[in-house]
Amino acid sequence: MTAIISVTGLSKTYASGFRALDGVDLAIRQGEIFALLGPNGAGKTTLISIVCGLVKASAGSVAVAGHDIVRDYRAARSLIGLVPQELTSDMFESVWATVSLSRGLFGKPKNPAHIESVLRELSLWDKRHEKIMALSGGMKRRVLIAKALAHEPRILFLDEPTAGVDVSLRRDMWAMVRRLRDSGVTIILTTHYIEEAEEMADRIGVINNGKIILVDDTHQLMSKLGSRQLSVHLSTPMSSLPPSLADMSLTLGDEGHTLIYSFDSQGEHTGVPELLRALEREGIEFRDLHSSQSSLEDIFVDLVTPTREVAQ
Amino acid sequence: MNVHAVRAIYLFEMARMWRTLLQSLASPVISTSLYFVVFGSAIGSRMMDIDGVSYGAFIIPGLIMLMLLNESISNASFGIYMPRFTGTIYEVMSAPVSPMEIVLGYVGAAATKSVILGLLILATARLFVDYEVLHPIWMLSFLVLTAVTFSLFGFIIGIWADGFEKLQIIPMMIVTPLTFLGGSFYSISMLPPVWQTITLFNPVVYLISGFRWSFYGVADVHIGISVAMTLVFLLVCLALIAWIFRTGYRLKP
Ligand SMILES: Nc1ncnc2c1ncn2[C@@H]1O[C@H](COP(=O)(O)OP(=O)(O)OP(=O)(O)O)[C@@H](O)[C@H]1O
Ligand SMILES: [Mg+2]
Repeated sequence: MTAIISVTGLSKTYASGFRALDGVDLAIRQGEIFALLGPNGAGKTTLISIVCGLVKASAGSVAVAGHDIVRDYRAARSLIGLVPQELTSDMFESVWATVSLSRGLFGKPKNPAHIESVLRELSLWDKRHEKIMALSGGMKRRVLIAKALAHEPRILFLDEPTAGVDVSLRRDMWAMVRRLRDSGVTIILTTHYIEEAEEMADRIGVINNGKIILVDDTHQLMSKLGSRQLSVHLSTPMSSLPPSLADMSLTLGDEGHTLIYSFDSQGEHTGVPELLRALEREGIEFRDLHSSQSSLEDIFVDLVTPTREVAQ
Repeated sequence: MNVHAVRAIYLFEMARMWRTLLQSLASPVISTSLYFVVFGSAIGSRMMDIDGVSYGAFIIPGLIMLMLLNESISNASFGIYMPRFTGTIYEVMSAPVSPMEIVLGYVGAAATKSVILGLLILATARLFVDYEVLHPIWMLSFLVLTAVTFSLFGFIIGIWADGFEKLQIIPMMIVTPLTFLGGSFYSISMLPPVWQTITLFNPVVYLISGFRWSFYGVADVHIGISVAMTLVFLLVCLALIAWIFRTGYRLKP
């Protein structure tokens, strides 16, 4: 797969002296949905802003479809649509006027039919003559999406598109994102809802304290890091594991009241039946069984927490 | 050149003006009319002619300049300050447009409004006093040149300002006094010699003098100097804007 965006050694130190990005290398593949995860202040918006030309990089470079974002900014930017994190809009303008402006700004000739289809898809068609200040927050966010799509971008940045958005709109939005991806648009999104990233993204990147700490295929990430656990609550506590069970990946917890068995959730062979048979053979009685899967959320917290504590 | 972008910005800004047509045009026209009533008709009838021009007619070019400067600065500064304030500037900054195209769109729209306003005031003046325009082409050129120059200046203020007070402060504290002292209501030659010299440091003197020359063929300073000084100020503004975009001053963190 070819990289449509390649970020090399990107750093950003704001005028305040704060280092928001620290040597970021990242390649976004053509046509993928890429989710950028990270706690508040990790540098997600800063990274997006640099790629889109809103913030100057302190060091490093970014190429969009081979075009350097500084030297060849016209070619680079005309491929990109940006839906910013903040809800900012021209309050006194009509939906139609502001979305048409966006198309013009990106150098595209007028095309009312395209704008109509974008507005229809976002259920804004009936609102096209309304002033933006008369719209609800969720509709304003849709207007921002419409503006970003008005010039038919090949790359779409969605900076926390689902913040403050209700369930049905969120579903519509994801359906639209999938349709866009199917039509060949590359999508980079940030979100704090990890289930969303898990469900939507082809690949996931985790950023913390201005550094990319992990980039991986969503499925691989889940299987690599997403282990599953079976907790066996014992009737009588145990002081140590019986020798016959020693070679299974078992640990004793809860002062000997619980046996914890870890296994690969994606693997063919979970080993659970063997464990249960072994328990029976040894005459170990249990009251309850409980199985859990570490979600991306746990993985994420694991990744981010230690570095946070160090920073504090 | 991204012609679509320039046109989009320009038309968007012009649409904003049509929406606020009454405020944009009515208040300057009404306030200048008051000047004409008071200075042109009421007091003017008791005043001597200056350089062979009746006082009512004499003040027309100065009054138009007064309005033109204020309106150009406030239109252009507001036009760029508002998107910065609300945050919608992100879109212009992320669009494939060059600084020159952004300036063309915003400053072009602000200057257009000012020129329309100047012509409207000129027409209104007809209702109160008789005047003539000896050099209409020069008159129009001066009008456009001044509107463009001070719209550029307003654009700079709109980028520099980080609050609404600052948006007002330059027009109020600097431009209005300079215009009043720049010979809107009198000829520089009426001042004592020392003040005549001091006045020559006031850039507005050259604008008003040149503009008045295009009406009546009389001027405080030579027309060539007036044009040159205006162009110098235009170039200074352009250089400042080039610097703003090169450094990202107040636009790009
Ligand atoms: N203009 C600025 N000047 C100084 N510091 C800034 C500026 N913009 C952002 N920062 C700082 O840079 C860091 C990264 O900010 P950024 O907005 O990129 O975070 P984020 O990952 O998008 O966070 P969130 O999830 O809250 O949106 C933060 O600590 C922030 O305070
Ligand atoms: Mg952010």
